Formats: sequence, structure tokens, C-alpha cells
Amino acid sequence: MHESPAVRGRRIKKSFGDVVALDGVDLDVAAGQVHGLVGPNGAGKTTLLGLLLGLAVADGGELEILGTPVGRTLAVPDGVAGFVDGPGLYPSLTARQNLSALASLRGYDAGRGVDDALEQVGLTDVADDRIRGFSLGMRQRLGLAAALLTRPRLLVLDEPANGLDPAGKHHVHRVITGLAADGVAVVLSSHRMDDLAALCSEVTVLATGRVVFSGPVTKLAAESGALDYRLLTSDTAAARRVALDTPGIRVPSGGDRVQRPDADVLVVRGAVPAVEELVVRLVRAEVAVRELAPVVAPLEAAFLALTGAVPTDEEVS
Amino acid sequence: MTTTVTPPAVEARPAPVLRGYRFELVKLLSQWRIRVLLLACWIAPAGFVAAVSLQSVLPADTVFGRWMHATGWAGSLVVLDFSRSWALPLLTALVAGDVFAAEDRLGTWRHLLVAVRSPRRIFVSKGLASLTVLLLLVAGLAGSSIAGGLAAVGNHPLVGLDGHLLAPADAAGTVLLSWACVLAPTLAFAAIGLLGSVALGRSTMGLLMPALLAFALQLAQLLPLPVAVRLALPSHAFLAWRGLFTGPAQTGPLFIGLAVSLAWAVVATVAAYHLFLRRDFTDLTYDGSGRRVLVAGALPLAALVLLTFAVVTATTPAKGSGIERAKVEGSLATAYAHLYRMQTRELHRPDVTEAQLRATASCDKGGSRVADQGPGNDWRCVVSWHLPGATAVGTAIYQLDVTADGRYVADGDGPKEVNGYFQVRTSTGDAPNPLWQFDGNVDLLASTSKD
Repeated sequence: MHESPAVRGRRIKKSFGDVVALDGVDLDVAAGQVHGLVGPNGAGKTTLLGLLLGLAVADGGELEILGTPVGRTLAVPDGVAGFVDGPGLYPSLTARQNLSALASLRGYDAGRGVDDALEQVGLTDVADDRIRGFSLGMRQRLGLAAALLTRPRLLVLDEPANGLDPAGKHHVHRVITGLAADGVAVVLSSHRMDDLAALCSEVTVLATGRVVFSGPVTKLAAESGALDYRLLTSDTAAARRVALDTPGIRVPSGGDRVQRPDADVLVVRGAVPAVEELVVRLVRAEVAVRELAPVVAPLEAAFLALTGAVPTDEEVS
Repeated sequence: MTTTVTPPAVEARPAPVLRGYRFELVKLLSQWRIRVLLLACWIAPAGFVAAVSLQSVLPADTVFGRWMHATGWAGSLVVLDFSRSWALPLLTALVAGDVFAAEDRLGTWRHLLVAVRSPRRIFVSKGLASLTVLLLLVAGLAGSSIAGGLAAVGNHPLVGLDGHLLAPADAAGTVLLSWACVLAPTLAFAAIGLLGSVALGRSTMGLLMPALLAFALQLAQLLPLPVAVRLALPSHAFLAWRGLFTGPAQTGPLFIGLAVSLAWAVVATVAAYHLFLRRDFTDLTYDGSGRRVLVAGALPLAALVLLTFAVVTATTPAKGSGIERAKVEGSLATAYAHLYRMQTRELHRPDVTEAQLRATASCDKGGSRVADQGPGNDWRCVVSWHLPGATAVGTAIYQLDVTADGRYVADGDGPKEVNGYFQVRTSTGDAPNPLWQFDGNVDLLASTSKD
């Protein structure tokens, strides 16, 4: 039997006065999928997340959430939870009181459910502390716990790893992937491409309210095309000559002026096959390759390319 | 061109109002500021009344202050008179004026909206929760001040604003009714607080709106405004309870004051409700709008003042300041007769009745060149009375300081054997001669059938 997607959006439009926040956005998120939303500031991510959470209504287009069309009222079906712009928590209440109040509002069991949610995000030890003293990371985790309380089928998270230390981030990632494994659809936004790469199977890239890419993460990486690589060799001058002679490789102006405290670094630009050819030629020319790494990660490079934020040669250098 | 499709709206399940109300109440009561206020309102008045009642000098410039040694009920009325000026508007500012703004400050609107799923229910829950807390605070002020007074002085009769004695049971009922009456203007100020909190967001102006309005209205009350204007302001009900302490009660200004206050509460709440429902919760930069306050709040309320003014002018005999010579004379003569009987009892003289005394007063304001009307401290009155069995008519002179709200203080100016300062022995101890200085209240709405 065909199962309806958790989110199905077509030609979604939303404006605030003269400002067009979303301009014909399509979005598909399947159950059990972790879907990343990425885009520069002002791209429309928060507005889109707000629509999914029922905080605003679209001016036009179609939006179906958990198989139900969302109309012109501030309303979404049960089974949707999450937060945008940070978890809304009350500093004068304890972690447990915050969750209990929320559970009570939504008509859930405020006892066992709260304890389970706190345990899931690793906050059992501070359950009875007022959250006034919580770090940003702890608040993020409590926000996630609040969302988990309602046993959502669609979880909408805005920058869930914001403020988390590596251990906390790992914990949150584990929770999210666990939920997805249980069939929960997760839509999350992040500015951290490594987070998206670690969590998401698909991403949607937004720029000025439009979708500029939507699809698997692996496909997004391929969109990056030519990348800048930092090349550290035993002979920078020789390496530069070889690079200039290699088809498909460019040395951006000033690329050999990049300095590191310990050595000269050459920046070269090219697609993966050309870079592989450069390595072969360097070896033939008896220039030892000590380090070769992209200046910007492929996903990030793809993001920059798609959103029109590619740095100039001068910026690279 | 993108076609706008309007699919059927999803039937969402908003959280029940009762649960939202409980949540809002928990949030309010978890704030240290609210806890301190509750503690202060339930403890401080008792301490204040008890402490002042035990002092030799009483706050005679406050209504009923001069009777704090005589009965425990007077202390509560002193607290009420003080509260109506500052405490109640300030409490509404701190509770209702912050109940919406707190969510802006904490950035919790979206969280709340996702949880409750109905801005309407959020508004109702918040309104009810702040109302509950305000009622708790006012109940604390009333209960604590009454308890302090009764514990320190005792349950004795209270002298009304026309000099008649209210038995303890009547005093209790009237004092409680007075506190109940100030709930109406408190509601009006609370609604102004809600409006400010909704319209101005995190801005401090939203929080201060009830207090600023109270300050402005206090200034207005000091001015010699026409009585119809005074009655059209929501602050008048903060004063109109005084009319309950005369016989007959001055119910006209009281009922109008209550109606005006409730109308303000309704108009301001409806304005706040509409502003709240129109709010865009995805706009993080929202910080209120002074223009919205003006259009959605101030203009309807200004229209309400004009409408009330027109209705009061058309339907009541109110004219000018409402303070006229005949009213002052009638009020003074009545109070004098009641207090004369009281003095007679305290001096262990043969009892007389008010009817036997046939007290009258003749007043003049500021000499022959000034019209005998309006507030001022230049009223001079001569009270005349008859003693049973005596042909001579007694006279006593009083200087009156009449304020624009109708309250006056009569200060005895001779003969000193009648209205001079001397101590009399009462059941609660020595007290100043009751005819020396006393308070009265002119009914601003009463018609003057005599001159």
C-alpha cells in the first residue's frame, strides 16, 4: 500500500508585506527520512519550518502534512512537534515542570512520558533544576525532549545542534537517527553542513525563497563541480609549474601566496579527475605530496555555488 | 502565476482552556516577582494597619484615617484609599501588563502556539490567569488589612462619612463591598495592561501603561473638571466607594463609575484580543507598535470617554463641578448632627436625636466676590442647631477644604467648647472631640432642589 509522505508541499508562497519569504517552494519528506533545510540567512528556512509547525499559513500553494491538507487557519494535524528559533522554555520552571506543563497542555501522560523524554536526551540528572541555569546546549536538548513528549510523526527542528558540545551533538544525532529508524519524518535546518551530511538522507537548499536544490546529499556533493584544494608539497614552485601544465587545473591568482606557519601552501582549483591527474604528475616530477585537502568541504562548496555565495579568487587567497 | 488553492482546513485539536489557564497560572506563580507581590499583599497591610493603629498620630489626611484608633475597620479603608492611588494600578501593570510581553522577552510564543494551537485560547488563558492573580492580590490587601485592624484595634462601630455610626456587622459588609467595588476599575486597568502588553511587546511602555494611565488620571482628578468628565474616567470608581459610607448611600456616582470601568475593561480587552489575533508569530523582530496602540486602543477608549460624557450629561442632573453650596450645606449639617449625638454620648450628656437638633448650615465660598461652588479650601460655614428645651440656637463655625472629588475636611473654628480640640473618653480610649475635625463627602450627582 502506498503510504502518503509526511510532508508534501507544492508551489508554497509566503510574503511578509513586500518581502517574499517563499516563492513557489516544493518540498517532499517521506516517513522515516531526515530531511535537511539549508540556505543563507533570509532564504526562507524559518518561514517554511513555521508553516510546518502551524505558526503561519501560506499565502498560496498546497501543503499536506501527514496526509492532511493544511488550510488557511493556524492549524496542523496532531503528530507534528518541534521548534523554531530555539526551544521555547520558561526559565522560572524546572526542566520537569516545563515538560509536565507541555504534556498536560497536549493531554499526554505527564509522569512516565516526561521521565522517558528526559532520559532520551540525557537530562535526567538535572530534571528538577530550574532551567535558568541551563547552558544553550542543555536547553536545546530539553527542547528536543519537549518535542519527543508528544510522540511525533513529523519532527521539525531548527538548528537542533546549536550550542551543543561534541558529546551533546552526538547524543542528539543518535536520538534523531533513532526516531527516523522508527519511521518518524524529521525536517531540520542547520548551517552546519557536517551536521547535515551526518544526519540527512536528503536536503533542500533554499536561496531567496526559492528551491535551488532538492535531493539526496550525495547528489548535492556532486553539484560542487570544481573545488579549491590546499596543496602542500616538498617544492611549492615546482608544484605550481606542474599544476599550471595540468589540464583542468587552475591556480587562482595569489594561490601560491597562501602561507601556513609551518610551510607554503598552494591553492589549486579543479574537478576531482583533474586533481587526480595533478597528483600523478607531481609524483612523476618527484614532488612529494604532503597534504591535499579541499579548502571548503564538498557539501559546503555545493551550497556556496548553489546559493551564489562562491568566494572570489581574492577571498580564497 | 501561482494559483492559490484553498483546501479544507484541518481540524486541529487545541488544548482545552482549563489546561492553558493552569499552565499560565503556574508560569505566573513561578515568577519571583509575583511571589513577592503576593507575600507583600497578604502580609504588609496587616503590619501597616497594626503599626499605624498603635501610633499616637494618625493619617488624618486619608479618608477614615482619623478613626483608626476607634475601630479596626478604618485601617482597611485607609489601605484601600492608598491602594486605589498607586498600589492597584501598579499591581495591574506588573501582572497583566507583563503577561504577554513575558513571552516576547523569553522568545516562547512559537513554543506556546505549537503547544496550545489556538491564539484565542492562549489569550483567554492568559487573561483569566492574570485576573486570578490580581484577585488574589486584591483579596490579600483586603483580608490582610482587615485582619490587622481587627487584631490591633478590635471590631467596633465605624463612623461614616456623614457622621453616622455603622454597627460592626454593617461596617464589615460595607468595607467588603468597597473592596469589591474597586475590582471594577482594577479590571479596567488590567485590560489596559493586557492591551499594552499585546501591542507593545517587549517595550517597557507596555508594562508601564496602566501605571502611566493611573498617574495621568490622578492628575486629572486633581483638576476642577466638570463632573460629567470626572465620571467618564475609569479612575472615578476608585473613589466612588466612599459614597457607600453615607446615608443614604451615594449610589449614582458609584454605579456610573462601575459601569464606566467595566466598559473600559471590555473595550480594552476586545482591542487587545483583536491585536493579538492579528499578530504574525513568525516575525521575530516584532516589538510592538505605538501606532497600533493608538489606532486599536487609544482611539476607541477616547471615543468611550466622549460617549460616556455625553450620556452622563444627558441623563443626569450633573452640571459644573458638582460641588454646590446647597449640597455642601446639606452634607455638613447632616454630618454635624450625627457627630453631635456622638459627642453627647461621649461626654455623658442627655441623648438628643438628629431630628431634635434640626441642624442647618450656611456656607460661603471665598467671600462675596466668588461663586459659592466648586472645590477649594476657602469654604466657610456656620452650623446652627437647636437643643431640646432651649430657645437659644447654637452656632459653630467650620472651615472646609473641599476637593474636586467631593470629599471635604471640616475643621472646627469655634466655639472651642463645641468644636475645639479636646479629648473625650470613648469605649476605646481617649480620642479627639469628634466635632473638631471630620470628613464628609458631597454627592456630585445629587440634584440641588434648594439654595
